[in-house]
Amino acid sequence: MSAIIVFQDVGKAFANGVQAVSGINLAVEEGDFITVVGPSGCGKSTILNMTAGLFQPSAGQVLYRGQPVTGINSRTGYMTQVDHLLPWRTVAGNIAVPLEIAGRGKKEIAGEVERLLALVGLVGFGASYPTQLSGGMRKRAALARLLAYDPETLLMDEPFGALDAQMRLTLQIQLKKLCRSLGKTVFFVTHDIDEAVALGDKCVVFTSRPGTIQQVITSSLPSERDLMTLRFNPAYAEECAQLWRILAPALEAQNSPQEA
Amino acid sequence: MVLVLQLALAVVLLTAWQFLSPALDMVFFISTPQAIAESFIGLARSGSLLFHAGITTLEAGLGFLLGGGAGMFAGVLLGRNKLLSDVLQPFLTAFYSLPKAALGPLFILWFGIGLNMKILLAATIVFFIVFLNTFRGVREVSPEQIAILRLMNAKERHLLTKVILPSAIVWVFAGLRLSVPYALIGAIVGEIIASNRGLGYLLSYSASRFDTAGTFAALGAIVILALILNKILDISERRLMPWRVSDAGREIVV
Ligand SMILES: Nc1ncnc2c1ncn2[C@@H]1O[C@H](COP(=O)(O)OP(=O)(O)O)[C@@H](O)[C@H]1O
Ligand SMILES: [Mg+2]
Repeated sequence: MSAIIVFQDVGKAFANGVQAVSGINLAVEEGDFITVVGPSGCGKSTILNMTAGLFQPSAGQVLYRGQPVTGINSRTGYMTQVDHLLPWRTVAGNIAVPLEIAGRGKKEIAGEVERLLALVGLVGFGASYPTQLSGGMRKRAALARLLAYDPETLLMDEPFGALDAQMRLTLQIQLKKLCRSLGKTVFFVTHDIDEAVALGDKCVVFTSRPGTIQQVITSSLPSERDLMTLRFNPAYAEECAQLWRILAPALEAQNSPQEA
Repeated sequence: MVLVLQLALAVVLLTAWQFLSPALDMVFFISTPQAIAESFIGLARSGSLLFHAGITTLEAGLGFLLGGGAGMFAGVLLGRNKLLSDVLQPFLTAFYSLPKAALGPLFILWFGIGLNMKILLAATIVFFIVFLNTFRGVREVSPEQIAILRLMNAKERHLLTKVILPSAIVWVFAGLRLSVPYALIGAIVGEIIASNRGLGYLLSYSASRFDTAGTFAALGAIVILALILNKILDISERRLMPWRVSDAGREIVV
């Protein structure tokens, strides 16, 4: 195993003076499923953005496969809470976007889209427009589009945040399975502690702003785990409780009325 | 149901007009529906209505296409180029605040009193409306959406064809829709100030002869023309934006 993403003393101060994160040192191994938790505004999205090369750190550097990230890092793919599907394209049309950009032929695209629809469980919905789909189905469509251009690293920013519990569990299971079979490295930001424990091989805990890494917890759960029955697993419950204890002070501070 | 009520309302209004106008001794000012209809039919029979309407349609239509096309082009160009739009912004604002119809006399100096002058007057008015809407539409495209496409290795040309133009088109159509009456204003004002053809000419000619019925008939023809242009826009909008139809078919849920 080799580190695919390395943060070296990374800090980010925005032009408006907000110091989002500072002193970040972290190595993400290839094939890892890393979850990131922390109070809101602690810079979780910021570190994903720097990994994708959407902006540069103001201190230190982010290395991707040993090279500093200086521009758009197209070996990574992004998925956010908002699915950003194009409303004027059908589901199939949305999934085809990266394939069209890559200049693939019509026939090839059609075949590839069918394969991806099957992969995410959307067979028969290719001709629907995004507005005609449920939230969960839209997420699947966004996931299929992400997989269409086959980035080796998936950057996921609270992707299942807006879904109901059952839909979220279904998608978590599917994501976990797909990433294992496709060998993806995943950097998964969430504000949901249970989700962070359930999905992560490692869980990175952030302090409140300016965000620094408070702790990296390596999961005691096996990498191959049954998310359906996880809630009955005492090791899982213990890890959730541990993470709660670590985060509680920061969350309390956030809720206190004195906060500026 | 709505249609029935609408028809009933129209009948009531027309009847009231027909009888109150002579009763209040207002025929000179507002004529009567019957006289207007007769005048309209007379104009239509003689072919002069079609002739004048054709001229106005040509001017407004070409002005609309010219101004709309230029407006879209400029909107996309400036929408995607921050420096250019920042530099041009004060000039555009100054020009925008000018009532475009006031350019009529200048345009007569430059382009004469022929069709060109009306086409360009209509185009100038339409240009600004479409430009501003397109610009807004291009600027409204979410930066995250663009970032996601860039991660897919999208070049500017992909961004334009796959995201920016399709997402701006809703705004463009809003601008075009808004422009229809203005294109007519451009053409008609042009005709009123200098012409011997077109519905604007018919309007001012009838009015100058104290022919109220003829004036109203010309106004009616202008309204019909505007409705037809709107309908054409409706149809092309539906053709170009099929996903909106699927939106409309959706039931409202909270
Ligand atoms: N583009 C930006 N310009 C200025 N400040 C920003 C920008 N993006 C984020 N911030 C600020 O940086 C801090 C961290 O943001 P973010 O990474 O989005 O937090 P999180 O995802 O953990 O909630 C926040 O205080 C936010 O307001
Ligand atoms: Mg965030």
